[in-house]
Amino acid sequence: MTVYLFIVLGVLAVLSALMVVFTKNPIHSILYLVLTFFAIAGEYVLLNAQFLAIVNIIVYAGAIMVLFLFVVMLLNLNKETEPHKSMLRKLIAVVAAGLLMVVLVGSLKGASNMSIQPFSHNTGLIENLGTVLFNDFLLPFEVSAILFLAAMVGAVMLGKKDIK
Amino acid sequence: MTDLKAIPLDWYILLSSILFCIGIMGVLFRRNAIIIFMSIELMLNAVNLLLVAFSAYHNDAAGQVFVFFTMAVAAAEIAVGLAILIVVYRNTKSTDIDVLNRLKG
Repeated sequence: MTVYLFIVLGVLAVLSALMVVFTKNPIHSILYLVLTFFAIAGEYVLLNAQFLAIVNIIVYAGAIMVLFLFVVMLLNLNKETEPHKSMLRKLIAVVAAGLLMVVLVGSLKGASNMSIQPFSHNTGLIENLGTVLFNDFLLPFEVSAILFLAAMVGAVMLGKKDIK
Repeated sequence: MTDLKAIPLDWYILLSSILFCIGIMGVLFRRNAIIIFMSIELMLNAVNLLLVAFSAYHNDAAGQVFVFFTMAVAAAEIAVGLAILIVVYRNTKSTDIDVLNRLKG
């Protein structure tokens, strides 16, 4: 049952990711990307990472993709008039990505033979993650707050009409 | 909750490699800057999936905390990137990245 669920979610993620790249309309691309994120969140649930599944849906599908939708609609880009790229460049893009995939899969083929620990059910639960986050990763957590402040100030500065 | 060991770790490596390469293909394939941003998000998510898979199979929560930080950095990156994109659109009236070749000299 788990295996079938993994396969269905994986095929859904890959197909909607392909549609993100190949659809002409940016709005459709965004909606397919949301579908991909939901499939990836399903994979997280299969891996017992429930907290990250919820955060993935809230942050990515909820916040980031809405930001994308706002920008596309504010800039009025929801028309299918993308200038044509030459066939040669498209072919080169597909071949390069395919070759990279062959190299990645070939080089990572033996990675699963590493020592695998006995499985614990509460690794991805919020209690365990919170303990690790606030004990071992407290400084990066605080630094990421500064990063958010800098990003917010930068976005507001860039968005102003007249930068002096 | 689920029987994790039914799925080999190799399948997760394969799935996230495929998603990462689709993201690379999107960056090379499209000219619309928004689609390129979305392809970068797709690549980040492929790496997140692989981190979670290794974290779950090795029973180490540090990988999932790393994914949490990756999401935070991705959110900040997208906020600034879309602001830059809006400024570019105001100046050139287009989001085509091939228009932005003035730095070539």
